[in-house]
Amino acid sequence: MGFVSRAFKGRPRDQPRDARVPPGQYLVRDFPVLSAGPTPHTPLAEWSFSIDGEVDAEKHWTWEELRALPSETVTRDIHCVTKWSKLDTTWECVSVDTLLEGVETAADYVMAFCDGGYTTNLPLEDLTGGKAWIAYAFDGQPLESQHGGPARLLVPHLYFWKSAKWVRGLRLMNDDSPGFWETYGYHMYGDPWLEQRYSGD
Amino acid sequence: MAGTALQRRLTWRVAEVVDLVDETPRVRSLVLSVPGWPGHLAGQHVDVRLTADDGYQTQRSYSIASAPAAGERLTLTVERLDDGEVSPYLAAELRAGDKLELRGPIGGYFVWDITIGGPLLLVAGGSGICPLMAMLRLRQATGSAVPTRLLYSSRSLEDVIYRDELDRLVATGTALDVRLTLTRDQPERWAGYHRRIDTDMLTEVAWAPNERPLIFVCGPTPLVESVAESLVNLGHEPTRIKTERFGPTGG
Repeated sequence: MGFVSRAFKGRPRDQPRDARVPPGQYLVRDFPVLSAGPTPHTPLAEWSFSIDGEVDAEKHWTWEELRALPSETVTRDIHCVTKWSKLDTTWECVSVDTLLEGVETAADYVMAFCDGGYTTNLPLEDLTGGKAWIAYAFDGQPLESQHGGPARLLVPHLYFWKSAKWVRGLRLMNDDSPGFWETYGYHMYGDPWLEQRYSGD
Repeated sequence: MAGTALQRRLTWRVAEVVDLVDETPRVRSLVLSVPGWPGHLAGQHVDVRLTADDGYQTQRSYSIASAPAAGERLTLTVERLDDGEVSPYLAAELRAGDKLELRGPIGGYFVWDITIGGPLLLVAGGSGICPLMAMLRLRQATGSAVPTRLLYSSRSLEDVIYRDELDRLVATGTALDVRLTLTRDQPERWAGYHRRIDTDMLTEVAWAPNERPLIFVCGPTPLVESVAESLVNLGHEPTRIKTERFGPTGG
């Protein structure tokens, strides 16, 4: 038997629910906010979304153009590296597959970039095949700025810091490169089921 | 926003509880001895992992409140949340001599070192004082004279964490100014602020934007959101404002 915390009981166990909660995580009902700096407020008239970097031709959308793309409603569980998980979150969003249609690239990696200077890196294959979206509404309401509005990346199968708030574009890269938190020792990939929180996990 | 790469593996360590200090009726500091502790920067945190006897585990993050260079001693300060799973254990059940698993240090953005300089503006709400206290303790331990102002919001005087130590730091330190605001209950003849932190208060306490203070804000999300927004509106550069938030779900 390994380490045991004397007299620690923990919350009551709940098997069906616990099966959806990755190791080391606990469930919340509210929606905690985490970010490294002030919340940016870019007016929608000045907002745009770009796909650039290692591509044959860059693509750009205004807010109206992005909102005119086919919309999906997805319900997913989300897992934050600060230990909270939230089940059955519902988002309105555009699939990253839709944005990448017609893009010619040999790149294997992506750096998501954001208002406020935040970045995060992901393998391109984690953003394609119906696994990632640009989300602009949560629970039927426009996404609040403190939760990343007007739009955030949604990649629910990875820790939530990969779901970059205030996202403004995806930069395709031939080689992997650390984003903001990854530079400070957070994991380059961030699979919550493998508990890839920090470098070396 | 570039920082120093921190790429070493973070292993779980078994700490021993050396001392427990009641800071307020709801807040307790844990003084830990952590064999092999690699050191930390003021503002970093640790992950704590609790294991029940049936193997169930859960983890939470806590800011380090002690200054770096205290050797293998580490202080965490924990606020007890009545419906929390972990904080009642840490803040009420734990005894001297108990063992606690933790790993770290974690985080490298919300950090301050004397070489970074100032002026320094620290804004705290409730237990958000903890990582900022590590900065103040570092400043004192090194005899730093970096001009520093702390604006600290609490519900009442008895909820002010580290109150005596803050008084001592002001009395014995250099160029340190501490302002308290008590949002719910104030003692008779209280001369300090008695409202939530707002733009007027920040105008009075903060350095002017052209003095380019480095700003750290830590507390519950509504406080952090409103303080950061007010500071941006006052003309402070967003990249000089670093935030850390936690709420009741930190329990």
